[in-house]
Amino acid sequence: MNKNVLEVDDLRTSFFTDEGELQAVRGVTFHLERGRVLGLVGESGCGKSVTSYSVMRLIQEPGRIVGGQILLHTGDGRTLDTATLNEKSEELYEVRGGLVSMIFQEPMTALSPVHSIGNQICEAILLHQDVTQADAERLAVDMLGKVGIPGPEERLSQYPHELSGGMRQRVVIAMALVCKPELLIADEPTTALDVTIQAQVLRLIKELQAELGTSVLFITHDLGVIAQMADDVAVMYLGRIVEQGSVHAVLKAPLHPYTQALLRSLPGLSGTRERLASIEGTVPNLREIPPGCPFHPRCEAFKEGLCDTGAAPELEELAADHRVACVRAKEVNGL
Amino acid sequence: MTSTPQPLLSVQDLCKFFPIFSKGFFQRKAGVVKAVNEVSFDLFPGETLGLVGESGCGKTTTGRAILRAIDPTSGKVLFHDQGQTHELSGLPTPELKPLRTRMQMIFQDPFSSLNPRMTVGDIVGEPLKIHRLAKGTELRDRVAAMLERVGLRPEHAIRYPHAFSGGQRQRIGIARALVMNPALIVADEAVSALDVSVQAQVINLLEDLQEEFHLTYIFIAHDLSVVKHICDHIAVMYAGRIVELAPTDELFSAPKHPYTRALLSCVPHPDPDIKMNFDLHGEVADPANLPSGCSFHPRCSECIERCSQDVPDLTTRDERLLACHLIDPDQ
Repeated sequence: MNKNVLEVDDLRTSFFTDEGELQAVRGVTFHLERGRVLGLVGESGCGKSVTSYSVMRLIQEPGRIVGGQILLHTGDGRTLDTATLNEKSEELYEVRGGLVSMIFQEPMTALSPVHSIGNQICEAILLHQDVTQADAERLAVDMLGKVGIPGPEERLSQYPHELSGGMRQRVVIAMALVCKPELLIADEPTTALDVTIQAQVLRLIKELQAELGTSVLFITHDLGVIAQMADDVAVMYLGRIVEQGSVHAVLKAPLHPYTQALLRSLPGLSGTRERLASIEGTVPNLREIPPGCPFHPRCEAFKEGLCDTGAAPELEELAADHRVACVRAKEVNGL
Repeated sequence: MTSTPQPLLSVQDLCKFFPIFSKGFFQRKAGVVKAVNEVSFDLFPGETLGLVGESGCGKTTTGRAILRAIDPTSGKVLFHDQGQTHELSGLPTPELKPLRTRMQMIFQDPFSSLNPRMTVGDIVGEPLKIHRLAKGTELRDRVAAMLERVGLRPEHAIRYPHAFSGGQRQRIGIARALVMNPALIVADEAVSALDVSVQAQVINLLEDLQEEFHLTYIFIAHDLSVVKHICDHIAVMYAGRIVELAPTDELFSAPKHPYTRALLSCVPHPDPDIKMNFDLHGEVADPANLPSGCSFHPRCSECIERCSQDVPDLTTRDERLLACHLIDPDQ
């Protein structure tokens, strides 16, 4: 068995609009080790969701994967490149919901309002496993119990509107994990929830991940959630990974100026009433991606002629298990 | 300056109940949602009070009831401004209108709070027009000056909201609130929809403006780290009531109410070595069907018998207001 469950190599995903090609993901490379949690973090528009949708092949017209590989190594020794699988192939059906499943941000939109919860969970089971309806229902009840929903038998016939936000997200998690996927993609799974409910849901994902041995790709904009959930982190900016490494390395000793600035601009960490170190400007539009390092117009360490020319910098290993895409990282951090 | 400073705003036993009607033709009153229940606090000029709590705890309704965006069910809102005291909750509309210039609101969603069919200049200038405070060149100049003050350019006045990013839109919303020269601003989740790097810019702007115009803020947020940064005092709300109100530093260094402690411990910290608490069970109390006694008692790990029977009063202990039976006022 390959030790990695997912290997993404130079992934490029673009959207072809009237205004031309918008490159949402521009050469993303990472791998996820079996049984670990990889956090993908960044601000809106950085391409973290497009990356995860690409893995599931959920990119819709006018979007398209235009390059790169997404290798999925299954537990039984096969390797599938989901980037090139035929839209109608058996394998892609197996990937979606079977080998890989996803938890979405908004539990209300991820669930069908006109089907009962039991119906929706059983559908996933019947599609991917060779069992009878009665067995499927039993599996659904087991799973609902596992995600901490009280009275799972009665819940099967209930509809999503009868549940609270936290309970709905538990149902979505049950649905995602009922087929025992090898890879779980969690796209901002707790952003719509209150902090106390967020804590419960995060704990649940952690426990189930440990119990089932699922590997998790965890997407969020919240650095706090990443710190608590992930083993490894990749920080994205404008469609590229700018810093990657273990959660300790990246969050405790960030080397890329963007990650450093992001952590500094978090309120509440320094003393109250101190001025926050904000990052100048805003994330540029995808139509106007700056040449050279995409972060250079907002970067404090910007050096003319070095940062703003040529191709975007590639990730470079600067410390053990810590890669940074910045031509000045060594100099700025005194390495 | 007088020897005892007078609060700008003094809220006393503010309540806002919404009736629930039964289904069917004769919509009988079937119950009541106690969205805001006996909320009291004083707010001094130039200070920032944070209202925090989970969804449905009544923080937004409190903010709206204070400004009379909705009419409170009962209670008093005393607004001391320019040497006069106004009781806002019972004031008839004609008398309320001139006071509206002195209290303004900043909304959460910079996408739905700006009319897409109006130019930025019209949006920011509209309050001045409605209150007949400026017209013609003066109006244009005041709008241009305000836009510049919030970090936009005067030429942005002729553009429409869709041309701006989330952070810029929030600046437009701030300009619209400030152009009236208000004393009190209710900022309802004003930075929640923004990305971290932009959020920091807007927080800095709000703090600069507060200093420059001597503004008083009621800052409503669910994000505790933002509130910790910007507020002088924080009121923690649960199921319509304030459960604890304390100066920010004291609240964070020594939270007393079990709910405040639980809430603070649930915040994920960006340092992986500081572990968060995953242990608070249960869900937020339903304001239409509140538990007896203290609303938090079914989730409270330290609950005693009395908690399920009597509603604890909000009592003063040192500089802190607290509503909990566990912390005896006599001690």
